Amino acid sequence: MCGIVGLYLKNPALESQLGKLFEPMLEAMTDRGPDSAGFALYGDEVGDGWVKLTLQATTENYDFKALIAALESKIAAPLDWFQNASAIVLKIKAEEAVVRAALGELAPTVRIMSAGKSIEILKGMGLPKEISKRFGLGSMTGSHIIGHTRMATESAVTMEGSHPFSTGADLCLVHNGSLSNHFRLRQELRREGINFDTENDTEVAAGYLAWRLQQGDSLKTALDSSLQALDGFFTFAIGTRNGFAVIRDPIACKPAILAETDDYVAMASEYQALSSLPGIEKAKVWEPVPATLYIWERGART
Amino acid sequence: MKTIDLSTASVRDLNQALHDQVKNLEEREWVVTHPNGAHNLAVGVNEAVSVDIQGHAGYYCAGMNQKASVTVHGNVGVGCAENMMSGYVRVKGSASQAAGATAHGGLLVIEGDAGARCGISMKGIDIVVGGSIGHMSCFMGQAGRLVVCGDAGDALGDSLYETRIYVKGKVESLGSDCIAKEMRAEHLEELQELLNRAGFNEKASDFKRYGSARQLYNFKVDNASAY
Amino acid sequence: MSDSNSPKAPPVLRESATFDRLTIQEIQRAAETGIYDIRGGGTKRKLPHFDDLLLLGASVSRYPLEGYREKCGTDVILGNRFAKKPIHLKIPVTIAGMSFGALSANAKEALGRGATIAGTSTTTGDGGMTPEERGQSQHLVYQYLPSRYGMNPDDLRKADAIEIVLGQGAKPGGGGMLLGMKVTERVAGMRTLPIGVDQRSACRHPDWTGPDDLAIKIAEIREITDWEKPIYVKIGASRPYYDVKLAVKAGADVIVLDGMQGGTAATQEVFIEHVGIPILPAIPQAVQALQEMGMHRKVQLIVSGGIRNGADVAKAMALGADAVAIGTAALIALGDNHPRLDQELKKIGSAAGFYDDWQNGRDPAGITTQDPELSKRLDPVEGGRRLANYLRVLVLEAQTMARACGKSHLHNLDPEDLVALTVESAAMARVPLAGTSWIPGSQY
Repeated sequence: MCGIVGLYLKNPALESQLGKLFEPMLEAMTDRGPDSAGFALYGDEVGDGWVKLTLQATTENYDFKALIAALESKIAAPLDWFQNASAIVLKIKAEEAVVRAALGELAPTVRIMSAGKSIEILKGMGLPKEISKRFGLGSMTGSHIIGHTRMATESAVTMEGSHPFSTGADLCLVHNGSLSNHFRLRQELRREGINFDTENDTEVAAGYLAWRLQQGDSLKTALDSSLQALDGFFTFAIGTRNGFAVIRDPIACKPAILAETDDYVAMASEYQALSSLPGIEKAKVWEPVPATLYIWERGART
Repeated sequence: MKTIDLSTASVRDLNQALHDQVKNLEEREWVVTHPNGAHNLAVGVNEAVSVDIQGHAGYYCAGMNQKASVTVHGNVGVGCAENMMSGYVRVKGSASQAAGATAHGGLLVIEGDAGARCGISMKGIDIVVGGSIGHMSCFMGQAGRLVVCGDAGDALGDSLYETRIYVKGKVESLGSDCIAKEMRAEHLEELQELLNRAGFNEKASDFKRYGSARQLYNFKVDNASAY
Repeated sequence: MSDSNSPKAPPVLRESATFDRLTIQEIQRAAETGIYDIRGGGTKRKLPHFDDLLLLGASVSRYPLEGYREKCGTDVILGNRFAKKPIHLKIPVTIAGMSFGALSANAKEALGRGATIAGTSTTTGDGGMTPEERGQSQHLVYQYLPSRYGMNPDDLRKADAIEIVLGQGAKPGGGGMLLGMKVTERVAGMRTLPIGVDQRSACRHPDWTGPDDLAIKIAEIREITDWEKPIYVKIGASRPYYDVKLAVKAGADVIVLDGMQGGTAATQEVFIEHVGIPILPAIPQAVQALQEMGMHRKVQLIVSGGIRNGADVAKAMALGADAVAIGTAALIALGDNHPRLDQELKKIGSAAGFYDDWQNGRDPAGITTQDPELSKRLDPVEGGRRLANYLRVLVLEAQTMARACGKSHLHNLDPEDLVALTVESAAMARVPLAGTSWIPGSQY
């Protein structure tokens, strides 16, 4: 139960202001989600043969420097990294699976929040204002971003239980609503080899999408099939390498609103999260209809 | 005319001022600027004042309105004019879901589209929508009239009681116990009056009427699959 | 003598535990009618309950209070978290929400009268507020339900508190119903329905779903009533730990938690008996949620579902409730199921002590009916007096037990004053099994 926001820039000239435009959107959803918050930022792509990961420590004052040193001696590969509060962004010229295996061995308590060419997922406990301040959201740049503010329903309020949830390379999911069949589905997905860190229902939706994509589904096919597989109430926003998507369950009780101008496409749970955007008075504003997929990706609109 | 600027005043200030002022009625014309999608604007007003909201409003705008005329120069969020008793609410833009939910009286005009569940459990209000309405609209509608100049989504009028529904465009599907009905002279007359009052230049004869088949009013074994 | 001449032992018929007579009868009824069984009242099966707990009276290590001179306070303040005008009740036993429609106007008036004499509140139900009820109730809680039948802002402003109903112990997750025989002209008029329809009520509110939207709804009602009235949120017990936390996050002043023993005017039998949890395990979960948020005693907890006597009141409060609510017991106090009605009840297929067809409006006690002739049988003044007497007994009994535990106020009862008789009730109530320090399921 929460607030969702997303901003996709059509005009590259605005990319330097992405964080500045997005920060008030996230903070406007504080009442819907005061427990924790997070966002997935897309930009600063790594080159061929490279992979970018976001890592979060689950303990205070974790020594990332030592971890990187150990990683360098384990995998002889060029890398670059920087720390942001309790997280680091690691860029490395290696296979993702190799890096994951090495990190699993060297630092089992460090969580891999995201992996891909472009995505960085940063999240944590506290008010949205604290999270955006903690990670310096306001000065971030990029092409698009989705975010979430959480009012925890059943599963615990933790960093891991915060949204967005990674669903594969450069993919992530945020959710407003409550799923009713996540328990059994989680068991089935575990048998399919999908790992879960929490008891959170949204993580199951993310795991389901990750599984379908691994099985060769396109994002569209995977999301269409989620309408059958997932029971309950949801509005999802899905971040992709090139854009973002929105889908609501067939009953569509949980709110969603979209706005589009020549410069951007924005999505939020409530209009008040959009009211700070430039040119919003002239934007086309509408509600996504139930059980229908909306995708914006660079170059094409579906 | 009194102006309340929500970039400096709070929603609480606005509603308290509207409620307090009702006691003396010194000011009948109110303007609200910079609403920016705030919730619960002009709720529980109980006097014949006019409130002009200059921008988009959030949830429950003009909720439980009595007597007042509220105009929103923008879109409204969930449950606009919910449980309205009397008066007049006009939305220049579009409305989110549950517009006019459970409302007992008055007139709600939405110039744009209305989302899902428009007029859910309506109990006597008249709703006129210039555009189209979403799915499950008029679910369990009990009384009043719902007029739609555009199209209606899935399951229109499911489990309908006595609300009369008029739709000009296409109906995606009818809900349980909702059927198309004959448009008689008295229906043309009441519809034309509503369209005129709402300020829409439409002809009543272009609309179709829908109402309750009244087959679910009492539990019957043969209807079990409809419940 | 040969065996063939010895008298035979009478045959003993063996009843199946799985297909017992009631089960067989229900299968036969379903096969004949094709529709589920609907009835009133709460669950009839045996459940872990307050009878499985005992209070530890004082002796040498603790000192008891004397009966008369040494006071044992009973008052409670409800709704002082946000409301400008919280409710101050003399006793911590309130009357639960029951609708005019389910009950006769005389019954509603009698509940108001009895509650007012005793210094407590009564509550409306689905279908709105009647003038009889408002007029006779010093403290009236106005329910805000999914159907919004009879909901209007004038009554909202007349109410002393507003109770947003998310669910009911008899049917968490289910909507309401009122069968056609009770939808008379007056009831239909108040609910804007055709006379005689089988009225259904929605299970979800029409204009909000989930705690994030509930927070906005609570804010709307506060705005309409200028932040004066306490806002209660009523929950049917199923996942009370989460639901209580979310209701508090959404801004509730008071939580009303109804266990599965709580009554209903008309619900499917299968729903009454198989959905939700008893009040006994629900209370400790709710209290834990409040304590973790630092809100115990700040957001008050009213519990209901099977409260019958002062011992139940004392035990519920010892587990952490601020007050209790009664429904079924109040109707019995008014005269429901009275032995003098036995012959009449037998004519309609029931008997005194068993009558639960509250849905069909033929109650010879004049309580769960809209029939004008039957309704006249209940004198609201006499009914109110009986209810007030009963409420007094509940409180006197609870005070007696609290004094024995050395408490000068009912609120000072605590879980440490309790032990459990069974392993099940010890685990559910989170108090030790009598004579041990063992609380099954607790962390060591």
